[in-house]
Amino acid sequence: MSGAHAAGPGGDRRGRSGGGRRRRGEQMMVPKAEFSSYYGRPIIKKPVWSELDIGGYLFTGGIAAGSAVIGAGADLTGRPELRHVARLSSLAALGVSGAALVHDLGVPARFHHMLRVAKPTSPMSVGTWILTAFGLPTGIAGAAELPGLVPPFLRGLVGALGRPAGIASALVAPGVATYTAVLLADTSVPSWHEAWPELPFVFAGSALSGSAGLALALAPCEESKPVRRLAVLGAALELAASQRIEHRLGLLGEPYKEGSAGSKMRLAKKLTLAGAVTAAALGRRSRVAAVASGAALFAASALTRFAIFEAGVASTEDPKYVVVPQRERLQRRTSVTPS
Amino acid sequence: MTTTSDVAARAGWDEHPPRMGFFTDTSVCIGCKACEVACKEWNGVPDDGYDLLGLSYDNTGSLSANTWRHVAFIEQSKPFGPQTTGIDEAPTGDRDEVRWLMSSDVCKHCTEAGCLDVCPTGALFRTEFGTVVVQQDICNGCGYCIPACPFGVIDRRESDGKAWKCTLCYDRIGEDQTPACAKACPTESIQYGPLDELRERAQGRLDQLVEAGHADAQLYLEDSADGVGGAGAFFLLLDKPEAYGLPPDPVVPTRDVRAMWRHAAAAAGVFAGLGVAAFVGRRR
Repeated sequence: MSGAHAAGPGGDRRGRSGGGRRRRGEQMMVPKAEFSSYYGRPIIKKPVWSELDIGGYLFTGGIAAGSAVIGAGADLTGRPELRHVARLSSLAALGVSGAALVHDLGVPARFHHMLRVAKPTSPMSVGTWILTAFGLPTGIAGAAELPGLVPPFLRGLVGALGRPAGIASALVAPGVATYTAVLLADTSVPSWHEAWPELPFVFAGSALSGSAGLALALAPCEESKPVRRLAVLGAALELAASQRIEHRLGLLGEPYKEGSAGSKMRLAKKLTLAGAVTAAALGRRSRVAAVASGAALFAASALTRFAIFEAGVASTEDPKYVVVPQRERLQRRTSVTPS
Repeated sequence: MTTTSDVAARAGWDEHPPRMGFFTDTSVCIGCKACEVACKEWNGVPDDGYDLLGLSYDNTGSLSANTWRHVAFIEQSKPFGPQTTGIDEAPTGDRDEVRWLMSSDVCKHCTEAGCLDVCPTGALFRTEFGTVVVQQDICNGCGYCIPACPFGVIDRRESDGKAWKCTLCYDRIGEDQTPACAKACPTESIQYGPLDELRERAQGRLDQLVEAGHADAQLYLEDSADGVGGAGAFFLLLDKPEAYGLPPDPVVPTRDVRAMWRHAAAAAGVFAGLGVAAFVGRRR
């Protein structure tokens, strides 16, 4: 009687091949999925987070973290211009991050309710505390770069605390750059959850290359050797990890390659590669090349985060991304232990 | 770790009543939607607009912030079990190969609840009855619970920005009253009671249906070994879960969270290492 895929009304549905976008000869990696659903309606809810706020925060949080490391490194190795731009970049990016996070809340006036508890099962709770720990030293290190804005009686103190605060900020920064990957992965959003092993490495690489790009564009060439290196290292990490997501995930890698997320991802890769190569080859001699490659890396980091955000959302909109992998998992389990 | 034995005790309730839940036996659901209406009336849930979906007799669509019971309506080209009309050559043409399935969906009140695990404010909590409830005076509408739920149950209400879902009528069951939906159900498709009793009853009903020839009849989320540790609200279905809009093998996302943190820590280490490496070495 019931065929393997007999189903509800509108029930038997074939997976779409992604809206018939031109794919320039690329082979379909994943066979068309056949599955049943309830009128093709989504099973899990689409995140209510706004793309601009939360996609944007993934980006600016990474920039704040990467810039903190660059600021501390520049401070400790005697590169004052680089330190100046990096500390201010970190503070500015953190300010934008905080504003975006509060703005995205359903009840922004209750943002401090985040501080009621500390829960390791909630990456958002862990992130709240990481950001809290990051905020104060980043603020002091940033203020040390703007003595004119600090009240006179605090200037000496802030100046003296600049270095230790910058180091403290850089020590928390790796957590700021990577916890957001767990934030996305610890959900039922199929293409985010399944990417949990690689996502922190993509975010770490994207934070480094993006913040190195920003510093490269803003700091003089004679001080920018470390950020040219960092741009190349971060770009390599980001490209390798995101490549792995697209290949390992099978069906759930599709949303990273298709639609608006796919085009953003492809553009991000091109800009990352071009930016890193240009920075390495010409960034030392040419100010123009440094600014151009830095801008490319900065933009690429933003595009990567928006692409990942959109890919996850897309994977909630089509029930095949929920049903097909779960059916396969069930089949594997029952074929191992026949009941 | 995944035992259902005492979910309330694990949440810190020293003395507590037995775990309470719903058994929704979809084989006797008639799709009347009294549960949807009773839930809205008792809980003061706002309407979600007049919307004709044009798909079936279901114009509600799915659970949401403003829909805590949702009756699915499914029309299939399959016989409804083995029973016959007793009339030879009934003038039904090929219509004897049609069946209607109806099912009232609700929050599952999972043993391992994704929404509760990820809530960063403590607004979501485990009650003494083992159910999962949002405290509206705490929720700040961060929205994290929404993509965390493997079933798409909880959602943010646009009018007030807070997360809402079924409370299993926390206010009623505290007074020994049956939840509104179960109270209103005219066919006892929705049954409320201590979870242990409901599971026993469900198994009996399943055996009955299988014996009567409903080969696809199955219990859904009654098994404490499943991906959410079993649910406080479980179902008897007559077809695969996905035909009802339910995930076939839901797993709470936080099950992998330790491994996720380990990977994030490794990535953080790489991040720091590359940062140091960039500054070591020759100056220009």
